Amino acid sequence: MIRKTVSNVTEALQGVKDNMTLMLGGFGLCGIPENAIAQLVKLNIKGLTCISNNAGVDDFGLGLLLQQRQIKKMVSSYVGENDEFERQMLSGELDVELIPQGTLAERCKAAQGGFPAFYTPAGYGTEVAEGKETREFNGKMYVLEHAFEADFAFVKAWKGDEAGNLIFKGTARNFNPCMCGAAKITVAEVEELVPAGTLDPDHIHIPGIFVQRIFEGEQYEKRIEQRTVRKRE
Amino acid sequence: MLDKNGIARRIAKELKDGYFVNLGIGIPTLVANYIPEGIEVEFQSENGVLGMGPFPYEGEEDADIINAGKQTITTMPGASFFDSATSFNMIRGQHVDLTILGAMEVSESGDIANWKIPGKMVKGMGGAMDLVASAENIIVAMMHTNKAGASKLLKKCSLPLTGVHCVKKVVTNLALLEITDNGFVLLERAPGISVEDIKEATEGNLIIKGEIPEMIFD
Repeated sequence: MIRKTVSNVTEALQGVKDNMTLMLGGFGLCGIPENAIAQLVKLNIKGLTCISNNAGVDDFGLGLLLQQRQIKKMVSSYVGENDEFERQMLSGELDVELIPQGTLAERCKAAQGGFPAFYTPAGYGTEVAEGKETREFNGKMYVLEHAFEADFAFVKAWKGDEAGNLIFKGTARNFNPCMCGAAKITVAEVEELVPAGTLDPDHIHIPGIFVQRIFEGEQYEKRIEQRTVRKRE
Repeated sequence: MLDKNGIARRIAKELKDGYFVNLGIGIPTLVANYIPEGIEVEFQSENGVLGMGPFPYEGEEDADIINAGKQTITTMPGASFFDSATSFNMIRGQHVDLTILGAMEVSESGDIANWKIPGKMVKGMGGAMDLVASAENIIVAMMHTNKAGASKLLKKCSLPLTGVHCVKKVVTNLALLEITDNGFVLLERAPGISVEDIKEATEGNLIIKGEIPEMIFD
């Protein structure tokens, strides 16, 4: 067994430097790498390009990095649940590249799986396709999109083992598995880190080969963005 | 005239047994409340769940189980969770039968604009561009005119496009229309609305063949 465990978040983020490109898992605030984000805030690493579906809210998730002006560029599909984000974007301090959500996921997967590029119909005929190669297959038009290149991927899973094997829970899975192995170094944080041999190999969502470092997060707030409930009859 | 719930109720009649359906935010979400009796459909949410159920009972919310609108949800028996790439494979690969979404503008050739107003804060397209580029069957739910009273059913969209030649049907507060190669074919009128009312509110080419029936609700 090849051990991937690091003792804490400090060790997990070793080598992260200014001006790097990072991938961060999560959809909204669901399944975000809370501990890695807290450490990035603590280290005050600047000039970051962040590939993440969303940009957090003002006081949580990637919003914490925005507050300290640590992000130079966001690559996302949906943003703006966040006043500070809007302010920085409109003032030109923050560069924003908006791309279709499925394209975002697939550009991660392409990097993970060694595809330099792929064709997708998403965005054909829109400004997303401007300046990109397009091509017809079987009478339908497609846009050429390229694999991402990133220095670190920070992902969050429910359970993981010493070998870096990961199991996700619910819709907290989202972009996390797609980003594993899609950057030079993948750092996984988990709610529960167990000894190798504890998890059933049949139940692993992401094999440890895609993960270089794994640690158990100190705590998880798991904030809910839109609490919606129904009354009991 | 229909209200938002009325639009959702009329769209729900388009659901067929065994359909996998993706609902956008806004009016489309309401469609889930009007599934016709005797049919089974499953709702897909692009953040990674198939078999979405109603909102949880108070106290049973789980931060790890949400829909694409970031709302807490529950799952139905037979539900599954999956990653974002798998989710969009379902969409791009046309495994999802029907997509219902809102729009700011629809053109007579089936183009749709619903993600960006130049000069205003742009929030992004989310999954909308993937959905409209791939879905075989797309129904748009929207008001027939905007707040200023201008038609949203146009010859050509004026706003930045989300997708081209993709919308199949439009259900508005005034009418049900099908999009063909020649323009908007009027299929049904909303209760109390005349063909003249619809003509007046439609800028794009409107095709009227014979008597246009009023919508029937069970």
